[in-house]
Amino acid sequence: MRARGWGWRHSGRLAWALHDIDLTVDAGERVLLLGASGSGKSTLLAALAGVLGGDDEGDDAGTLMVGGRDPRAARGAAGLVLQDPESQVIMSRIGDDVAFGCENLGVPREQLWMRVREALDLVGLRLPLEHPTEALSGGQKQRLALAGALAMRPGLLLLDEPTANIDPDGVREVRDAVASVLAGTGSTAVIVEHRVEAWLDVVDRIVVLGADGGIVADGDPRSVLAVQGAALAAAGVWVPGHEPRIARRPGPAERPMLLTGEALTLARVPGHPLAATVTHPLNPTVSAGQALALTGPNGSGKTTLALTLGGLLAPAAGEVRASEALTAGVGPHPIRWRSRDLVSRIGSVFQSPEHQFLAPTVREELELGPRTLKLPSADVSSQTDELLARLGLEALAGANPFTLSGGQKRRLSVGAVLATRPRVLVLDEPTFAQDALTWAALVGLLERLRSEGAAVVAATHDRLLVEAMGANEFDLAVPA
Amino acid sequence: MPSRRGVAAINPVAKLAASLLIAVTLALSVDAASALTALALEIVLLPWAGLRWGAFWRRTAPVWIAAPLAGLTVALYGRASGQVYLDWLVVHVTDGSLRLAVVTSVRVLAIALPAVVLFATVDATELADGLAQLLRLPARFVLGALAALRLVGLMRDDWSALELARRARGVADRGRLRHLAGLAFALFVLSIRRGSALATAMEARGFGGDLPRTWARPSPFGAREVLLIVVGAGLAATAVVVAVATGQWVLIGH
Repeated sequence: MRARGWGWRHSGRLAWALHDIDLTVDAGERVLLLGASGSGKSTLLAALAGVLGGDDEGDDAGTLMVGGRDPRAARGAAGLVLQDPESQVIMSRIGDDVAFGCENLGVPREQLWMRVREALDLVGLRLPLEHPTEALSGGQKQRLALAGALAMRPGLLLLDEPTANIDPDGVREVRDAVASVLAGTGSTAVIVEHRVEAWLDVVDRIVVLGADGGIVADGDPRSVLAVQGAALAAAGVWVPGHEPRIARRPGPAERPMLLTGEALTLARVPGHPLAATVTHPLNPTVSAGQALALTGPNGSGKTTLALTLGGLLAPAAGEVRASEALTAGVGPHPIRWRSRDLVSRIGSVFQSPEHQFLAPTVREELELGPRTLKLPSADVSSQTDELLARLGLEALAGANPFTLSGGQKRRLSVGAVLATRPRVLVLDEPTFAQDALTWAALVGLLERLRSEGAAVVAATHDRLLVEAMGANEFDLAVPA
Repeated sequence: MPSRRGVAAINPVAKLAASLLIAVTLALSVDAASALTALALEIVLLPWAGLRWGAFWRRTAPVWIAAPLAGLTVALYGRASGQVYLDWLVVHVTDGSLRLAVVTSVRVLAIALPAVVLFATVDATELADGLAQLLRLPARFVLGALAALRLVGLMRDDWSALELARRARGVADRGRLRHLAGLAFALFVLSIRRGSALATAMEARGFGGDLPRTWARPSPFGAREVLLIVVGAGLAATAVVVAVATGQWVLIGH
C-alpha cells in the first residue's frame, strides 16, 4: 500500500480525521499502527479496505493505493477484521460465513470449499462446517471473521482492534491465530491495537499517527518504543513499562455498610441473555469508601451479580438488602425501588454504553438524571458543566452520544450515572477496551469517588484496575 | 450441508410453490367440499411431512387457534340466512352463518397446515439460495434480508438490556405506553446501528461489488422437488374436481 499526502474528512465535520499521511508498506511487512484515540487509525484502515464510502460520506485529499489501485475499485484486495465480534457474523453456519467473501469474489464452487477449510484451519477453528455461528465465543467469532477475510486471499490483511471487545483469554487466542496466519501465509498486515505488548512479537514495524496529522514515528518496534514510548503512553497507547499510575487516596473515616447480599443464588432469566446461573450462595457486602471487584472467568456470573446488586435483576434465592444509610426513606429492597429512587442511590453502568444513552446530546445525557429528580435547573446546569470538564467532554457537549469514540462513550456513560450522585456505583467491565488515557481518567475518577465515600463495585477482568483501587476481590469461581 | 432426509431435504422453492398452489386454489371458492377434500388429503399425507408429533403441534398451534377464531367471526357477523339463533346489533347467528363458519375454519386449516408444515423444515439459508439461484431474485436483496434475519435474535437481547438500562437511568417509572414507546425507539436506533455495522462487514467481504457472484451451496431442483409440486397441484385439483362434481364450487365474488 502507498499513501501520498492522503487525508479524509467525514462529511459534516470541519476537522480532518486524517491529513498529510505519507506511508508505504511493502509486501510481507507487518505493521502495528498506533496513535492517540481519535487520530484516525480506524479511518485509515477503512479507507485501505475500500469501505470508507463515496463522496457523500466525506472528502479525501492526496492519493491512496492498494496494490497499485484505488481500494474502492479493488474491493477484496484487502481483508478487514473489525472490532466488534457480534456485527461481523453474517451467516448462521460457520462454513457459509467463511464462504461468503469468496462467493462475492466469484470464486468457483470447486475451489471455494477448499479455501474455506484452509482458512478455518489457519485460524485454528476446527469445528464442523455446519456449526452454528451463534454458539461461538467472542474469541472464536473474531477468528471466524479472520478466516472469512483470509479465504478471500487478500494481499493485505487489515485488523482494526481485533481483540478490543473480547476477554483476556480471547485476546491470546486471537493474537496466536493472527501470528500463525502471518507465519503461514507471509501476508502483509496492518494492525491497529492499543495494547502493544500482546502484538510486539507479531509485528516487525510500528507506525505512529500524530494527533495533529501526519506520521510522528516509523521504524522497528523496539526502537520506536524506546524513543516514543513515553509520548505514546501519554497519548493513550498501552506501552509496556509505561502503564498509567493512579494516586491512591485515603478512604473516608466512616465506612458504613450500604448493601448486603444474603445467600444469593442467581438464575438465568428467560429473555435476559446477560444473566448466568450461580448455584452456590453468595454473600457480598458493599461498604462506603470501598472498592469491590467481582472477578471470575467468563460465564461465572459477574454481570448477573452486578445487575442483582444494582437492583435491576431479582436473585433466584436470597435477597439484596440496603442499609438505612443508603435507603434514606425507601424500603430495604433495591429491586422494589422505583426507578427514580434507584438512580439517586445505586448507579449502574453497563458494559455496552450504547444501551444506556437516552438523549440526543452529550449535555442532555448528563442532565437527564438530575432533571428526572427535578433538581433546580441552575444547579443542574452548573453541575453538568463541572461533569463535562471532569470527563474531558466539554468540546463535545453538543454532539450526539452515539457519534463519540469508544473511550468517550464509556466516560459519558459513567458521567451520566454520576450526575445523580448515587452512593453505590456498580460498573460492568468499566475499563474494557479502553486506551490508557481513558483508563487513567476513569480509574482516577472512581478512586476519587471512593475516597469521597462512595462504594465502587466493578465486575472486571482487569487486574490493573483491581490493584490500582486496592479493591477487595469477590471471586465468583470460588464457592465461599 | 447437514444431511437431511425426506421432505426436509426438498428445495424450499418447491415447498413455496406447492403451498402457494394449494392456498391460491382454495382461496378461489368458499364451498365445503373443496376445503374438506383438501384437508382430508393433507391429513393422509401428514405422516410423510418429516415432522415429529411434538414439533407438529408446537408449530401448528397458531393455526389451531386462528382457524376457530376465524370461524367464530363468521358465525357472528357472516351473511345471515335460514333460522336465526341470536340477533343482537350487528351480530346475527343464523343457520347460514354457522354453516359458513365451520367451512371457513376448515378452509383456514386446509390452507395454513401445508404451508406451516412444509416451512417448518425450511432453513433460511437454503431458501435464500433457492430464491437467488432458481428464481433469480437479486442477490443484494436476498442476502441482505438473510443477514438481517440474524439480527432479529440480537434485537431480543437488546430489548432486555435496554429495559434494565432504562430502569438504571431512572426513566422506567413513566407511564407504560411512554415507556414502551421509548424502548421501541431506542431499539430502533440500536438496530439501525447494528445493521450499518453489519453492512460494513459485508462490504469488507466484497459484497455489493461489480464482480459476478458465485454460490457456495448448490440449490438442487430435481425429481423430488417436481414430485412435491405435482402432489400439491394434484391435491388442489382433486379438491376442485370434488367441489365441481358435487355442484358446490362457486368462484369467489359470484
